[in-house]
Amino acid sequence: MSDLLKGNTGEWEMVIGLEIHAQVISNAKLFSGAATAFGAEPNSQVSLVDAAMPGMLPVLNEESVRQAVRTGLALNSKINHHSVFARKNYFYPDLPQGYQISQYELPVVGEGKIEIDLPNGDIKVVEIERLHLEQDAGKSMHDQHPTKTYIDLNRSGVTLMEIVSKPDMRSAEEAVVYVTKVRSILRYIESCDGNMQEGSLRCDANVSVRRPGDELGTRCEIKNLNSLRFLRQAIDHEAMRQIEVIEDGGLIPQETRLYDPDKGETRSMRSKEEAYDYRYFPDPDLLPLDLSEDFVAAMKASLPELPDVRKSRLVSEFGLSAYDASVLVAERETVDYFETVANGRDAKLAANWVISDLFGRLNKTGTPVSQSPVKAEALGELIDLISDQTISGRIAKDVFADMFETGKGAAAIVEDKGLRQVTDTGTIRAQVQAVIDANPDKVVDYRAGNQKLVGWFMGQVMQASQGKANPAMVNQLLKEIISG
Amino acid sequence: MKLTELTIAAARDGLAAGDFTGVELTEAHVVAMEASRPLNAFVTETAEKARDMAVASDARRASGNVGAMEGVPIAIKDLFCTEGVKAAACSHILDGFTPPYESTVTKNLWRAGAVMLGKTNMDEFAMGSSNMSSYDGPVTNPWRADGDDAKRVPGGSSGGSAAAVAAFAAMGATGTDTGGSIRQPGAFTGVVGMKPTYGRCSRWGVIAFASSLDQAGPLTRTVRDASIMLGAMAGHDSKDSTSVDRPVPDFEASLTGDIRGLRVGVPKEYVVDGMPGEIEALWHQGVEWLKDAGAHIVDISLPHTKYALPTYYIIAPAEASSNLARYDGVRYGLRVDGESLQEMYENTRSEGFGAEVKRRLLIGTYVLSAGYYDAYYLKAQKVRSRIAQDFHDSWETVDAVLTPTAPSAAFAQGEKMDDPIAMYLNDVFTVPASLAGLPAISVPSGLSSDGLPLGLQIIGRPFDEETMFRVAGVIEQAAAFTARPQFITGEA
Repeated sequence: MSDLLKGNTGEWEMVIGLEIHAQVISNAKLFSGAATAFGAEPNSQVSLVDAAMPGMLPVLNEESVRQAVRTGLALNSKINHHSVFARKNYFYPDLPQGYQISQYELPVVGEGKIEIDLPNGDIKVVEIERLHLEQDAGKSMHDQHPTKTYIDLNRSGVTLMEIVSKPDMRSAEEAVVYVTKVRSILRYIESCDGNMQEGSLRCDANVSVRRPGDELGTRCEIKNLNSLRFLRQAIDHEAMRQIEVIEDGGLIPQETRLYDPDKGETRSMRSKEEAYDYRYFPDPDLLPLDLSEDFVAAMKASLPELPDVRKSRLVSEFGLSAYDASVLVAERETVDYFETVANGRDAKLAANWVISDLFGRLNKTGTPVSQSPVKAEALGELIDLISDQTISGRIAKDVFADMFETGKGAAAIVEDKGLRQVTDTGTIRAQVQAVIDANPDKVVDYRAGNQKLVGWFMGQVMQASQGKANPAMVNQLLKEIISG
Repeated sequence: MKLTELTIAAARDGLAAGDFTGVELTEAHVVAMEASRPLNAFVTETAEKARDMAVASDARRASGNVGAMEGVPIAIKDLFCTEGVKAAACSHILDGFTPPYESTVTKNLWRAGAVMLGKTNMDEFAMGSSNMSSYDGPVTNPWRADGDDAKRVPGGSSGGSAAAVAAFAAMGATGTDTGGSIRQPGAFTGVVGMKPTYGRCSRWGVIAFASSLDQAGPLTRTVRDASIMLGAMAGHDSKDSTSVDRPVPDFEASLTGDIRGLRVGVPKEYVVDGMPGEIEALWHQGVEWLKDAGAHIVDISLPHTKYALPTYYIIAPAEASSNLARYDGVRYGLRVDGESLQEMYENTRSEGFGAEVKRRLLIGTYVLSAGYYDAYYLKAQKVRSRIAQDFHDSWETVDAVLTPTAPSAAFAQGEKMDDPIAMYLNDVFTVPASLAGLPAISVPSGLSSDGLPLGLQIIGRPFDEETMFRVAGVIEQAAAFTARPQFITGEA
């Protein structure tokens, strides 16, 4: 598979690096005790520290550190036992301190790597450059008043982890898969809820293009992409824009750009010359962050089984295909659901039911697995009814639809509706005989060599039995009787 | 004796003996505070609050609940946030700012029973050594030179606090010291000025100048009073990550007067060009006093001393340039509107900050800028560690260090105003201990030939304020400094 882009003058390769800003799940902000709930009244979750009142001082929230270290470990990255908080200085009304407390030269997490599953089945390694802790800014609202900007400081000081990748991705698809994978890991370990709509997870994409094999081109940074769709669109658009500029003899200036989803294009936000000089320096209000071996070990021990490990286990233990396994492990809730269903049952059958039937319906209604009207135990019960031949697979689909609608149990539905499969040879034989007797011309055709008609007869018998006849038995008896 | 002339220790005894009440003591000081207005030492007087606190203090005393500073009226530098009382760091940009919270240090003092008289004048945002940069106008030093009517500066930045204590308008006052802002005004006004070890006092609620240097400390008329007051101010505070979690010793108990066998270092580098011979002479006198008391005098070298001042004037402005970014007109204090956000920022900060603050913000912004950071800020941090190492090495051979506090006596208001470097030189002897985070105290030890007070500085090991106090007590006793300023409240 080639991800090369065709320009007017030949082929181009895009190079993408991503910065993911993930909000840490915590009751308090990075340096204050204020609450962090989404959707609260504006300025209702602001401490004196968050509002940068005179004389206020930051105190590090240990939970934020724990989550950053756990995330670093889950991303197979090096934990830096000594890291430093630094101030990133710039003026903006929703940045009360006039600086963001972040980490600069010495982040809490260093280099690492994760594997991503590409749609063609390949596995690609994406390297992590670093992960650091930083404060979020507040929110400026320009649409509340004709001439004024309103500021909401609820987000001010909320803990973010910035996860920086190396420029390892070569297509928008890879970027999307990478973000999806990181998001999945964060959700597994519950360090970030990954909710892009609420802004808990945002991306900046660094995009450049080059001729295959050339040095890296000049990159542009596209800020604040808050959905996977926008991420994909912005990258694709930006790469094509750069190719056009270069092919027209122009140069790409290094700059920061914004993606406009309405117009489907990126536009310049500020050039390199206009770029802020952030004047980073170590924050003198905070001591360096020094982590003991024991602390890091305890964080490691606190991690659940991670997606890659779990995927391997699904393949080796349950015999699932790599594809099915990767679909199932994407969300911890899903794979937990699956394992409950598969426990003591035919795992492949369970995987089919979860992936095709359950996901199909959940996706249609936009319902998360956690709120599925059919719980894992109930789906397991349904599969049991198939396995012990109480119902046929065909009937099971109807029962499942009913379960999804009404929330009733499989056995109850089968009983209520009298869907129990007919396996009595005498009954089935009678039904087969009746169909054969009613269609003598078709029997002649069949006997003359039109073997396909067996399917038609099957359908007639199943219809006559309201789908309840055991299909294998129908098939066997049909062939036996029709052949005379 | 007038109540305003009592030391804190004496007032404590008098209150305990029932010779007078806290209300009487406070009332006398309210009168003195009002009489001190020609000095411009106070920028906010809180007489009513003082009376209420005194009444409450007497009530506590009656119920047997007596704190270390019970009933003692003190002044608070305007840099401390005081709940419900304006705190503006004597800057226009904090116009009308009344904090809804109380700094940890002042809270500790109130818990110990102290009474607040008011807020004292200071150099704007504690940037200065003369109190000339205050938006509320200069402070006049209660001292005049013999045969010279020129008004003198009280030093800075804690100039108002020093003047208030020197003029007997307050029994003690809080100051903050970043590069000498307690010790130098102490020396200029003939009072004791003490800066504790960095981390000893919480910085929470103290308007920041340079976070890695700022420390609160007391200004008092005696070493004993300083030891009592520091004990009430100090203590670990979980709200300040740089505050140190260790017990606060009984500082007063360290004043044994016995320094026999103690090793006191005299660093050869503490001499600057143009320093009056009488300051060097006083220093030698101090050495003799300590010898007479049985101390061993050790000649030491602190070789990086000469780099301290330039180092300080990189690090402190760098931190300040970031610390003062929050004064942007958006949330509190002054806002001067403009056509755009940018213009509002520019108008607010242009009008809101005075010249000295602007100079330091520019210096600080410059030294942190891309391309200059390594040459200035990073280099300065490295030199700072060398300076700290100098002291660290010397602690192997000495237990305390004796130096002059400042290279001159109080100068006239308006002097050095056109020469920032000359002004910065005021801090040359106080800055090294600040950079090293060490406790240091200035003790009034003599008069200049024209009758102005001079101080000697004792620097101690980290968190060994006790030895520092003990040596200071011996100097104080030997110096027997009894001279009085020309302006004394109630006499002027």
